[in-house]
Amino acid sequence: MVTSAIPRAPTFSEIFSKRLYEIENGERLRTCLQCGSCSGVCPFGYLMDFPPGRMIAGLRADEFELVMETDTVWMCVACYACAQICPSKIPITAGLMTRTKEELLLAGNVPSELQSALENSQRYGNPMGESPRKRADWALGVQPPVTILGRERRPVDVLWFVGDYPSYHPRVQSVTKALARVLNALGISFGILGPEENSDGDTQRLAGERGLFEMLAEKNGRVFSRYQFNKIITSDPHAYNALKNEYPALGISYPVQHYTQFLAEKLDLLKPLLKQEISATVAYHDPCYLGRVNGVFDEPRALLGAIPGIKLIEMAHNHTTSLCCGGGGGGMWLDGFQWEKAHTRLSEWRVREAVDAGANILAVACPYEPPRFEDAAKMTQQAGSLVVKDIVELLAESLG
Amino acid sequence: MNIIVPVKLVPDLVEELSIDPAGTALDTAWLRMIVNEFDDHAIEQAILLKEKVGAHVTVISTNIEGVDDLLFTAAAKGADRLIKLTGDLEAGNNNHALAGELARIIREMNPDVILTGVQAHNDLDGSIGPQLAGHLGMPYIGYVAGVDVSGDNVIVRKEYPGGLIGEMQASLPAVFGIQAAEQPPRYVAISKVRQMMKTSNIEEFDLAALDSTGAPVVTRMFQPEVAERASMLSDNPDEAAGQLISLFKELGTL
Repeated sequence: MVTSAIPRAPTFSEIFSKRLYEIENGERLRTCLQCGSCSGVCPFGYLMDFPPGRMIAGLRADEFELVMETDTVWMCVACYACAQICPSKIPITAGLMTRTKEELLLAGNVPSELQSALENSQRYGNPMGESPRKRADWALGVQPPVTILGRERRPVDVLWFVGDYPSYHPRVQSVTKALARVLNALGISFGILGPEENSDGDTQRLAGERGLFEMLAEKNGRVFSRYQFNKIITSDPHAYNALKNEYPALGISYPVQHYTQFLAEKLDLLKPLLKQEISATVAYHDPCYLGRVNGVFDEPRALLGAIPGIKLIEMAHNHTTSLCCGGGGGGMWLDGFQWEKAHTRLSEWRVREAVDAGANILAVACPYEPPRFEDAAKMTQQAGSLVVKDIVELLAESLG
Repeated sequence: MNIIVPVKLVPDLVEELSIDPAGTALDTAWLRMIVNEFDDHAIEQAILLKEKVGAHVTVISTNIEGVDDLLFTAAAKGADRLIKLTGDLEAGNNNHALAGELARIIREMNPDVILTGVQAHNDLDGSIGPQLAGHLGMPYIGYVAGVDVSGDNVIVRKEYPGGLIGEMQASLPAVFGIQAAEQPPRYVAISKVRQMMKTSNIEEFDLAALDSTGAPVVTRMFQPEVAERASMLSDNPDEAAGQLISLFKELGTL
C-alpha cells in the first residue's frame, strides 16, 4: 500500500515564524539557545506569562497561540535590552515583540489607553489628540521668532523636527524653548514645520501599528520634500531612530542628528558661551533609542562635561545597560495598564538609582523623560530634591 | 438580519470653532469633521450583533469631507455595504428634511433593525432616530445601551438614573437610538482600513432636494460672551473679606 503525506494547513506558529524569518536577521531566531538572558534582562520580564525566551520556546513547541491569548506583550517597552544582551543577536524587540503586538492589534486586542493614542495619532498626527494647528504654539513669544517653513519659504541649514511631546507637553515645551535658545545663541539657521509636522510614528510602530507608522512617515516625507534644508535635527531619540533607520526604507532619506550630536560637533563654539556655573552632581540617563539602539553615548556626556561646575557621575545601569524610563514601545500610553500589572513604574526604579548614585540632577535627552522622571521622583521617598533636566535645559541655563 | 446604520459627521471640538462672517453658522473653512460619538457606538453595536447572530450591515452617511474615511473604517470593522448620500447639503441639512429622505432610501432596503446614534451635538431640530421611525412607521426606543435579537423579537437595555437598567421588548423592524454599544468601539489597524480603500466600494445615492420648510432658523451664532454681572474679588484674603462685607451690607444681609 502506498501512503502519502496528507497536506495540512500550516499552524499559526508556523505562519508566524515564517514571517519572522523574513525580517532582517529574522532567521537568527532558529539559533536561540534558550539561555534566558532576554527574559532576565527584560525590566518587566518577571511579570510576563511569556517573557521573550518563553515566547520563542512557545513558537518552537507550535503553541504560539497560547502566547497570543495573554496580553503580557503589552508590558514590553521596546527598550532593546533583550536584543542587546542576546548572544545569538536575535532581533527580539524589532522582530518577535513588535510582530506579536502587530498580530494582537490586527485581531483588535488593544488596551483602550493605547487605542486612543493610536486613534489620535491617525486623526491629529499626535498621540495626545491635540489640535494640529497648535503644534507650533510653544514658539509663541520666543525671540528671535522661530521660522515656520510653511509661512516663510526660505532655505535653512537645519530642519528641526520638533516632535509630539516637545511641541505639546507643557513640561517638555520648556526643553523645546531651551533648544531654540541654544540654537539661536550659536547663530544656527533653522526652521520648523509647525502645523505641517506629524508624529514621527516610531513608538506607534513599536506598539504594533506599522500601517499607522507608514501613514505618518509618508505625510512627513511629503512635507520634507517641499522645503530646502541640509539636515534634520531632533530632540526626540524616537524621531531620530525613525528618521535614521526606518524612513529610508520608505524612500524618505535625509541626514539626521540628535541634537546632542549636532551640538557636540559645535562644542568649540558652544563651550566659550557656557559661562554660568551649575554646581551639581549630575547623573546622565541614556535614553534607549539614543544609546542602546543607536550607539550615541559620548556626545551627551561631552555636552554635560562642558558645563562649568557639573560633576558627572554614572548610575549603576549606564551606557548599554541603561534602564528604560518605561515610555517606549507604547509604554507612554499604557501607564494604567502597566501599573495594574506591576504596581511600580520603571521610572521610579531609575530615580532610585539616581538618588543612590548621589546625583542631585538627573540629566536626560529624550522628551518622554522629564515628565516621567519628575512624576517618579514625587512617588519616591528619598527623591524629594532630585531635579530632572534635559541636557539642553542645563546648557541654556549655563548660557546665563 | 438586515441592519442599517445611518451615521453623520459632526464638527470636531478639538479645534477651536469660529463663526462665519454672516454670524449665523460655523465657519466651515477651519472645520474638521469627526464621526458623531454616538454613531460610532451604533456602528459598533451593529458589528457586535453581526458577530452574535449574523447580519448584513449597511452604513449610510451624507457626503461631507471625511465621509470616505468614516465608511472605509466601518468596513474594516465589519460593515458589508457602504453608502454615501450625495446632493445639495448646503441648505436645509436639518434632521427633519434628512429623515424624510433617509426614510425613502432605507424603506427600499427592507431593514430589520436600524441603529443610529441617539443624538449629535449639532442636532438643532431633534435627533434623527425618532423622526426616521415616524416616517417608516416603526417603533423607536432611544438611549439604548445593549441589543439582543432573537427571531422577530428584540430586547434592548437602557439605563435610567440611579443605576437602574430597563429591559424592553420590541418587534422588528424597529429603530434604536444608541447611547452606548455593549463594548467600546473597537480599534482597527490602519493597514486594514487602507486595504478596504482598495477593495471595498462606496455606493453613491442621490438625495432629492431636501425640503427644509419648517426647520429652525439660526438668527445669531456667537461665542460665549463675558457678562457684566459678575465682579471678581481680590486675590488678597483681607481685601476680599472687606469687599464681601461691604457687598453684604449693600445687599442688606448685614
